[in-house]
Amino acid sequence: MSLDSHIPSGPMAMKWSKHKQDSKLINPKNKRKFTVLVVGSGLAGSSAAATLSELGYKVKCFCFQDSARRAHSIAAQGGINAAKNYQNDGDSVHRLFYDTVKGGDFRAREANVHRLAEVSVNIIDQCVAQGVPFAREYGGMLANRSFGGAQVSRTFYARGQTGQQLLLGAYSALNKEIAAGGVQMYPRTEMLDIVTVDGHAKGIITRNLVTGKIEAHAGDAVLLCTGGYGNVFYLSTNAMGCNVTATWRAHKKGAFFANPCYTQIHPTCIPVSGDYQSKLTLMSESLRNDGRVWVPKKKEDCGKAPSQIAEADRDYYLERKYPSFGNLAPRDISSRAAKEACDDGRGVGPGGRGVYLDFAEAIQQFGANTIAERYGNLFEMYERITGESAYKQPMRIYPAVHYTMGGLWVDYNLMSNLPGLHVLGEANFSDHGANRLGASALMQGLADGYFVIPTTIANYLVGQKPGSITTEHPEFKKALEDCNAQTKHFLSNKGKRSVDSFHRELGLLVWDKCGMARTKEGLTEALKRIPELREEFKTNLFVPGSGDACNPELEKAGRVADFMEFAELLCLDARHREESCGGHFRSEYQYPDGEAKRDDENFCYAAAWEYTGDYGKPTLNKEPLSFEEVHLAVRSYK
Amino acid sequence: MSQLNLHLKVWRQNAGQPGHFQDIEAPEIPDHASFLEMMDIVNERLIAKGEEPVAFDHDCREGICGMCSMQINGVPHGPEKATTTCQLHMRKFRTGDTIWIEPFRAKAFPVIKDLVVDRGAFDRIQQAGGFVSVRTGAPQDANALPIGKEIADAAMDAAECIGCGACVAACKNASAMLFVSAKAGQLNLLPQGKPEKDRRTLGMVRQMDKEGFGNCTNQYECEAACPKEISVRWITKLNRDYAVAAIKDALGNSPKVAGGGD
Repeated sequence: MSLDSHIPSGPMAMKWSKHKQDSKLINPKNKRKFTVLVVGSGLAGSSAAATLSELGYKVKCFCFQDSARRAHSIAAQGGINAAKNYQNDGDSVHRLFYDTVKGGDFRAREANVHRLAEVSVNIIDQCVAQGVPFAREYGGMLANRSFGGAQVSRTFYARGQTGQQLLLGAYSALNKEIAAGGVQMYPRTEMLDIVTVDGHAKGIITRNLVTGKIEAHAGDAVLLCTGGYGNVFYLSTNAMGCNVTATWRAHKKGAFFANPCYTQIHPTCIPVSGDYQSKLTLMSESLRNDGRVWVPKKKEDCGKAPSQIAEADRDYYLERKYPSFGNLAPRDISSRAAKEACDDGRGVGPGGRGVYLDFAEAIQQFGANTIAERYGNLFEMYERITGESAYKQPMRIYPAVHYTMGGLWVDYNLMSNLPGLHVLGEANFSDHGANRLGASALMQGLADGYFVIPTTIANYLVGQKPGSITTEHPEFKKALEDCNAQTKHFLSNKGKRSVDSFHRELGLLVWDKCGMARTKEGLTEALKRIPELREEFKTNLFVPGSGDACNPELEKAGRVADFMEFAELLCLDARHREESCGGHFRSEYQYPDGEAKRDDENFCYAAAWEYTGDYGKPTLNKEPLSFEEVHLAVRSYK
Repeated sequence: MSQLNLHLKVWRQNAGQPGHFQDIEAPEIPDHASFLEMMDIVNERLIAKGEEPVAFDHDCREGICGMCSMQINGVPHGPEKATTTCQLHMRKFRTGDTIWIEPFRAKAFPVIKDLVVDRGAFDRIQQAGGFVSVRTGAPQDANALPIGKEIADAAMDAAECIGCGACVAACKNASAMLFVSAKAGQLNLLPQGKPEKDRRTLGMVRQMDKEGFGNCTNQYECEAACPKEISVRWITKLNRDYAVAAIKDALGNSPKVAGGGD
């Protein structure tokens, strides 16, 4: 099937303006007749639900948490990029666009990235108007910092909790619309399936997580704002509830899943301390401004206390390998270098999977007080979790899964190949290519929700007769039956193993074979093992409790069942992409110095996978990527 | 790493039914585990025995989403200062300890199951005015409205509230004043929030009363329990803002209260 991305014609800088001019309008009286279902209440979902309601659409918004405010956007620490050029340091829409395309290792769609850079400035204005308390200077102007290796200071921030403040802003807009009657909110409600009628997305099936009731909701369009799939690795920096169910179920109803192999591994997380570990905690990347990364030169030193290892016996490997960027090398590069050191048997801490991030020199140079001012909250968090003081001994860090660039394929209108199904934020694939730069996830979520979808959704809705499909349609009945059957299966299947034990095993396997470095051989092994594990999950799973009450084990069972299927597509995509780019590193494709080797001749496309009924044999559809503005080049940080 | 042997007294309850404490032995708990990971281990063992695990709320497990909500030995989020349950680690306990684990208790937070409570009242309070009525569109440039650093920093202090409800659980009156004052205070302080200040204050306070939260009697347990160390000075501010708004209201200069009011 050919994919039409519907990119507007004309010069890059004019495409979005032109598209806004050309987009359809629906008159205010008619808007009220349309119902839009918004799944997820993070930055993308809350901002979309609030804005669509302001425009006059009827909105139903769903989240599995007990409040919309708890969606995992809340955990973002660093900041949000915008091309305001308040610092007069040469930033511009074009430069943000350029940095994002290059940072994505030339695997993003240029037109979408340019639009993202354009609306970035509106986001800041909008958030400030809502009362988001960004950091300010004494003169009352907004403060900025540089972030994630950018050469300009374009990042806006609110202490170490920019994500929470932006989400609270979007949540306040959502509350305003709930109060006004435009949005009906469904907290503690999880989407189980999507309903298509004649190929159009016209509804969803949900479970009420308090009563267990499985219900159908019909709408004129569906928006999936359901985040990423990082929890397929079990351990990640994602919240415990983050899952792939919404996007995977949509995939099984015909939506193409694009580039699942682009997963971002964040270099500075607290290492795993034991097999009881439930999640990994990120330590802000800003620590690398003052910390020096090292491991012992000699394997036999790894068991020693760091203070007992002489300066001459330490390998500051980032400074050695990347003299110009040193400890500030980009995320994917730093992560792989840490893995290499540990693979070489020179890792530190439990299990040998850790490297030191040492502040001794910075403390000596600036004093402990200055370091405490800069990173005090992070040092406290580190001590709470590990019981160690980073003032007295180096931190131990290790990379962890953090963000997923892949997602459902969407066109320029953010609509998937399934008419009516729109996908926003981390759940889609379009803006970050193979690697996401720091402080750009928040930007994308809000751009999609506040500014893109409110314009583009009309292009779909204008051709629809509002309310024409109700839950009485046989497709809803069928989807309800399927969901009820799955619940019944989970609860009646008296196996021996818990959901978590399966999820852990799957996660370890995917991390081992499809984590920071991948090989054809390893991926082939994983592809053999995943279906076996999935089979065992079907027959040997035990879910206690009942289906007509709050039952967290039942919730998890549904999510893990979908991860079990999705993992296979992830590994297939990773095996098919015989190149290294961004977050996807294939050990076979590297330069002699270990750098990622992209293959633009054969792989300069988005891989959009189509479900065929057989998890092992999806059909590959390619959207060729062309680079008109930013010329293809090797991404070097030496 | 060492291990702890613990005796747990865990609250078990189904919605609408009376609850009770269940004794659960928790041997060999790694001291590096977080409190919630300890609960995970306990639950895995219950499942292995074919029993139903303990239901509890949690999500981000990094102290920011505000979903985790346990009363541990009588204290919301347990003994550590400025720490959510998910960030509390077992090395803070000793082997042989008995740990009492209960849900956040308040009339306005009905128990859904075991340790899971319904905090929907917090959402409804914010729907009654916890916002600036600005549409998405084209507001003025963000720097067109200078806001002094002191004001911005103070608003940020209030904005750190994660909406977990520990303040309510810590209060003998189950008052939500710390939460409401932080939420209203952030916006009432900022120039963007000034035009709707009275309307917001009345709306949120009236909704708070309607939800069945108790009165504040200045015990300050809320501040002590708050994982984000929100100051009780916000309560003072809310009282002031409320007095002004209520007098205007009584004099017939009534702002229309968001969310319908009463």
